[in-house]
Amino acid sequence: MNLAQGVQIVSFGLLTLMVIGASLGVVLLPNVVYAAFLLGGVFISMAGLYLLLNADFVAAAQVLIYVGAVNVLILFAIMLVNKREDFLPLKRGWIRKAATGMVCAGLFALLSTMVLTTSWNFSTGAIAGNDSIIVIAKHFFTDFLLPFELASVLLLMALVGAIILARREFIPEETDMPARDAALTLPERPRELMSVSSSSEFNR
Amino acid sequence: MQLQYFLLLAAALFCIGIYGLVTSRNAVRVLMSIELMLNAVNLNLMAFSNFLDSEAIKGQVFTVFVITVAAAEAAVGLAIILAIYRNRDTVDMEQFNLLKW
Repeated sequence: MNLAQGVQIVSFGLLTLMVIGASLGVVLLPNVVYAAFLLGGVFISMAGLYLLLNADFVAAAQVLIYVGAVNVLILFAIMLVNKREDFLPLKRGWIRKAATGMVCAGLFALLSTMVLTTSWNFSTGAIAGNDSIIVIAKHFFTDFLLPFELASVLLLMALVGAIILARREFIPEETDMPARDAALTLPERPRELMSVSSSSEFNR
Repeated sequence: MQLQYFLLLAAALFCIGIYGLVTSRNAVRVLMSIELMLNAVNLNLMAFSNFLDSEAIKGQVFTVFVITVAAAEAAVGLAIILAIYRNRDTVDMEQFNLLKW
């Protein structure tokens, strides 16, 4: 084992600890704001793992898109639905958690036995390494051209759909309210809340 | 470095994501668990592309597509959560019974 392999193994261990610990924090912490910041930690550690796998372009894309866009979007959503509510404890809620934990442990055992017993045929060719972005661009514009264009259409559809779903409905005739109230409130149509309890009893 | 280490890490991350997806009450945390699972899939694709297909790295191309779809999914999902929050005034997953049956 030379020095480079030792450095790789040590950094892989550190990144594994960061990923597992931060993702457990995302799932288990009661405060959702801490969970969102730990999710950013998971994304950055995943970018480090991508660098260990000789993929610099995807690591940069991971940092840009996940940490820069998705995590900030989740933080904004948490701020917009900022309501301190204590969830009512469920009857027999521990059964659900125990059953889910057992299912997840069983799935992990199944996957790990599959991983460890399969004989992988490793490729012996040259690693793309620094030329990975050139190879990815060639794939994008030759044999993956149609999915590449469809991805752009999908992003446009998601943009329009998110704006339409999250838009507030303004009422123009209510904007001539007194100035003191208008400074403090957003002009939004008052809508009655659905009765949650009656409809949930209907479904029970 | 071995392929199996990365695959085991991805399996652990996927199982943690499933646990959070099923047991969490806050709707935003459900979306965060989905992001964890998508990241586990990405790690699988990247590991396979590095160790089994190191010349024509098609796994990285798929990872870029998955990142794109995850960004679109996060935007639309959070918009849906905002719309539900405006109508129902809660983000508790146990009190949503629309879109269920």
